[in-house]
Amino acid sequence: MVQSMRVIVRLFAMLREKAGTSQFNIELPKTSTVTDLSRLVEERFPGVLSSAPFAMVAVNAEYVTEDHFLHDNDEVAFIPPVSGGCGNHERYWLS
Amino acid sequence: MIVVTREPLDTEAVTATVREHSNGGIAVFLGTTRDNSSGHGVLYLEYEAYEEMALTMLERIAGEIRDRWDGTSVSIAHRFGKLEIGEISLLVAVGSPHRVAAFEACQYTVDRIKQDVPIWKKEVFADGEIWVGREGKPRPVSR
Repeated sequence: MVQSMRVIVRLFAMLREKAGTSQFNIELPKTSTVTDLSRLVEERFPGVLSSAPFAMVAVNAEYVTEDHFLHDNDEVAFIPPVSGGCGNHERYWLS
Repeated sequence: MIVVTREPLDTEAVTATVREHSNGGIAVFLGTTRDNSSGHGVLYLEYEAYEEMALTMLERIAGEIRDRWDGTSVSIAHRFGKLEIGEISLLVAVGSPHRVAAFEACQYTVDRIKQDVPIWKKEVFADGEIWVGREGKPRPVSR
């Protein structure tokens, strides 16, 4: 029997608005990676992650790569392109 | 002093945290909210923060500053939530024994903040809104 774990997913900015939620839990098999989780999130919220291909991922508030292995109770944040501070940036049209 | 807050930023109070007798100067940068975006009139802005991570990243940037410019002290305050036009969204204050280091470190800090600190800005117009991002090419996002 495959053991499962639970991670907390957090979405921000355009991803949060598009999904209509900022936080939810997902159960997935142990030894899953960020890529595996992304696939499940995309299944639950079709079109959300694929709308921001430049999004980065942070696990427990540290940036990680897609092959990073997740652990039980990890907090996984999908971080769309940031715009802290001020100045000129690319623009993501919403409406 | 590193702060991420919904409250209006107090320039005097933040600057005071880097006032030391060993400093010959303090460089202060205020990021303010602009009334237009490429000619479109902006009504107001919404900033969103991943607060815990933003604090960690800002602390790390402050550490980089102290490592790179000896004797400097740096304070960063970033606001989030709804901001009206002309308000201060970002405040960086760098105190240093010498002014050149203060200017350089202040500019470096602001540039670093735009790179990877998880804070987002949405410009709200009369006829729509835009999330502003730094990386990649602009692409349409339909709702």
